[in-house]
Amino acid sequence: MDAMLLDYLPILIFFGIAAVIGLGFMLAAFVIAPSRPDPEKVSTYECGFNAFDDARMKFDVRFYLVAILFIIFDLEVAFLFPWAVTLGEHLGPFEFWSMMVFLTVLTIGFIYELKKGALDWE
Amino acid sequence: MLATLAFWAFSGVAIASAFMVVIARNPVRSVLFLILAFFSAAGLFVLLGAEFLAMLLIVVYVGAVAVLFLFVVMMLDIDFAELKQGFLSYLPLGGAFALVLAALLAMTVATWQASDQAQSLRAAAMPDGMSNIEALGTVIYDQYVYFFQAAGLVLLVAMIGAIVLTLRHKDGVKRQSVTAQVGRDRKEAIEMLDIKPGQGIGE
Repeated sequence: MDAMLLDYLPILIFFGIAAVIGLGFMLAAFVIAPSRPDPEKVSTYECGFNAFDDARMKFDVRFYLVAILFIIFDLEVAFLFPWAVTLGEHLGPFEFWSMMVFLTVLTIGFIYELKKGALDWE
Repeated sequence: MLATLAFWAFSGVAIASAFMVVIARNPVRSVLFLILAFFSAAGLFVLLGAEFLAMLLIVVYVGAVAVLFLFVVMMLDIDFAELKQGFLSYLPLGGAFALVLAALLAMTVATWQASDQAQSLRAAAMPDGMSNIEALGTVIYDQYVYFFQAAGLVLLVAMIGAIVLTLRHKDGVKRQSVTAQVGRDRKEAIEMLDIKPGQGIGE
């Protein structure tokens, strides 16, 4: 357990370095940079138009469809990992076929979306 | 020592960012704080020895679910000025609900006690000589096979549901048909003409 945690020590160190660098730059900009604001400078646009509209606008729902289909196959792959690691040593034919049934179910869905044209962008 | 320090750091960041999710004014920032909370939870999972779950949390939640949340936040098209209008008039009712909820939570926490098996369950993330992913693999596919198949069916339903709800084909859009494209042969695609010099085709 401790040996396993020791393997993650570099990642923790990277997290620490990232936090220090990120905060350091922000603090440095806060402390060192000259700040003499006036109303024109802090207005949204110093020159040009004011914004016509909100930045948050409705967009095509198909982006959402692509994302949700991605998540589903992401999860399918997540189920494959423990199976692939343990298959030779701990699992027998029953576990192999249980995964095959799982994959068949999802392949039916995949064929459905392929035939429906959900993956095509028109 | 270092593990304890990391535990306090991760749990502190997790609680602080979860708090920020609720109080941030900008929902996009809320989602970004949610991602930070997921990351800290992944760190806590690693400290428990559940490394596969930690990586899964990052891949699935940070990589996919958070993106989906961002989509939803962008799609909602919320007008915040309008949302805040009814704040004061709903304050008594909302406050009463919050109080009831807090009382329920307090009652739950007051009667909470650690199970006898808590220590052994804590070690179950990595049983002796096995990594977390192996420990999961040995139980998911036979002991919990029905749940596993049910998960597959849930994913199928999610897939079909998303397609049925959102897929609309526009009329009059030209789509690529690979079979028609590949099945084209030279005879119908090009025509050989013998053109005399200076005459052109002359329709």
